[in-house]
Amino acid sequence: MTTSEHIEHSEHIDSDTGKLGMWLFLFTELFLFGGLFIVYAVMRSKYAADFHHAALELNVLIGATNTVVLLVSSMTVAMSLTAIQQKQKNLAIGLIFITLILAGVFMVNKYFEWGHKISLHLYPGSEVMKTLPHGEIMFFGLYYMMTGLHALHVIIGGILLTIVMMRISSGKINQEHYLLQENGALYWHLVDLIWIFLFPLLYLIT
Amino acid sequence: MKNHDNHISSYMLNWTVLLVLLMLTTISILAIKMHLGAYTVALALILASIKVTIVLTYFMHLKFENTMLRLMVGGVFLLFAIVIAITFTDYYFR
Repeated sequence: MTTSEHIEHSEHIDSDTGKLGMWLFLFTELFLFGGLFIVYAVMRSKYAADFHHAALELNVLIGATNTVVLLVSSMTVAMSLTAIQQKQKNLAIGLIFITLILAGVFMVNKYFEWGHKISLHLYPGSEVMKTLPHGEIMFFGLYYMMTGLHALHVIIGGILLTIVMMRISSGKINQEHYLLQENGALYWHLVDLIWIFLFPLLYLIT
Repeated sequence: MKNHDNHISSYMLNWTVLLVLLMLTTISILAIKMHLGAYTVALALILASIKVTIVLTYFMHLKFENTMLRLMVGGVFLLFAIVIAITFTDYYFR
């Protein structure tokens, strides 16, 4: 009896430390993007007029659509955790599947957005770009860097959630053991958090 | 690896949080369209900060986590704010 209680106790600690480790990783992610936000802020105050002009090129509708897509996907992944805690296995799988579809929608939007800009020769190193004022080159450089790094996180988050979905389906993640799902959800929320700041900074403030 | 006595957020709470987040998004887009001049940036960043706090509190379950984790997250965001403040002080007064 004493032994089993002891095991229960140490397992409890494991779950907490596993989550703590994820949070520590998320902190490093915050500073990774934070560095870019600081560069953006300083460059924006230095080249205010150029940034204003360049930001007009961005499509607010696509940006807003992707904001809504990520917010809804954040909710579905949070709900999948509720589902697994309440033993609703199929619902949990379904909700993660919807999250993955929304991640796909986000990436397709991004593809059209970047594709349009590249067709206008607005990409780092193009001949058109070289003729632009220094501040506009800076804006587009930061735009591609920040949204590109963010899109990379969307892809990684998608892969992570696919693994989570497969483990729920095989029963490795269940009502008792769902640390990986919690951490996958935390990662996905981080992707959402970063976009919440990217959207107003790049698309709205012109 | 067993998860014990974790708070279970209801579906209703998740829906409500999403609704609030979508409302705040709409407000920030409408506010930009009104051309508030110098206040636009400040307003957009304040609204984004409120949204981030809501996601951290409810979707990321910080409200239901232990005090140590909450203090850590708060501390890191404070550190981040200090880094930004120092960078700007350095930039404007050099």
